[in-house]
Amino acid sequence: MRLLTHNMLSCNRKGVSNGFPLGIEASKLEVKEVDFNSDFLRHIYPKIEWKAFVDAAKSLGLNDLPEHVDDSMLEDDDFLHSFHHALLEVHLEEGALICPETGRRFPVNRGIPNMLLNEDEV
Amino acid sequence: MSLRPERQAPPEIFYNESEARKYTTSSRIIEIQAKLTERALELLALPQDGAPRLLLDIGCGSGLSGETLAENGHHWIGLDISESMLDIALEREAEGDLLLGDIGQGLGVRPGVIDGAISISAVQWLCNADKSCNDPRKRLKCFFGSLYRCLARGSRAVLQMYPENGAQLEMISTAAMRSGFSGGLVVDYPHSTRAKKYFLCLLCGPPSANTPLPKAKGEDGGSGSDESEDDDEHETVDFLERQRPTKKRKSEKKVKGRAWVLKKKEQRRNHGFTNVPRDTKYTARKRKARF
Repeated sequence: MRLLTHNMLSCNRKGVSNGFPLGIEASKLEVKEVDFNSDFLRHIYPKIEWKAFVDAAKSLGLNDLPEHVDDSMLEDDDFLHSFHHALLEVHLEEGALICPETGRRFPVNRGIPNMLLNEDEV
Repeated sequence: MSLRPERQAPPEIFYNESEARKYTTSSRIIEIQAKLTERALELLALPQDGAPRLLLDIGCGSGLSGETLAENGHHWIGLDISESMLDIALEREAEGDLLLGDIGQGLGVRPGVIDGAISISAVQWLCNADKSCNDPRKRLKCFFGSLYRCLARGSRAVLQMYPENGAQLEMISTAAMRSGFSGGLVVDYPHSTRAKKYFLCLLCGPPSANTPLPKAKGEDGGSGSDESEDDDEHETVDFLERQRPTKKRKSEKKVKGRAWVLKKKEQRRNHGFTNVPRDTKYTARKRKARF
């Protein structure tokens, strides 16, 4: 799972009012190269919750993202490349996602988060 | 002839390892899935500015549909309930991110972030109540509600499906409209039983005059056979499996009994026939089976 997906996911459990952002417990990471496409980055940038993104990147050990961003930085090549790397190339392979409100764990196996809920959580 | 897969077992059980493998090694199914995805993408009508979009593949299975999305340059997130299918997707090195989840429990995606959603042959599964806690209407409502929320304003969702009957189709589309979607059903090749395909095209946001429903393919053709540069017969996903079993006709020949024979003989006598055999204990007696 990439951080792109992490930034879109929220906890779906019944009674949770703010299930975003999910905490990350990472035990194994993998880096797979993806073609750089600045158009996509500019397109997706407004949809990213930046603070959640930076926090998630930190929990994966990526510390070169700035805390605060503005639109002008989208012209900066270095920034775009580090954004691209964190967003699309780093995969969480093994670990867990944790609901910020209830602490419910969603295990991640071989890159696939298990978001299935039990009967009583729907 | 076997049952529709939906009638055999819940999806997470039906698509076990062997079924998942079967689904992915058959070149015919792969081709059909690719075609359906192409068509769904066409109906999705994404703006043609060349920028890749973030799409959602609902019921992505082994990532066959995702492959077509990736070929068109889009990023996708796939959601499926069958672990075995997702395993195959990993093997095939699907480019999108995969999630194990139940769409009937809602999608669990943040509001307004997805540029479009497609679903190939998945939504009809929601009509089944596999467990006592499952209520199809609630699950449909939950699914369409969360889909509506996660789509960006003005974007679309195209859901291809195999509804079992009219009632199911109505249940699904009503649930979609109740959740706020506009749009409707596009039926490709409506005159052909085999090539007929249902696409539920949903528009997120208020309906407007400049977004008419896309036109269905093969609508004017008498039987849908006119488009078949390639064999029409082979355009559907294994159709044999998607039919109801024919009811076995009970072999109940009407056997006329002794009373009937006696009545008829009496009638003949009354008509004046003299060659009617007399009634004995052997009249219309039961024969042995070997006779």
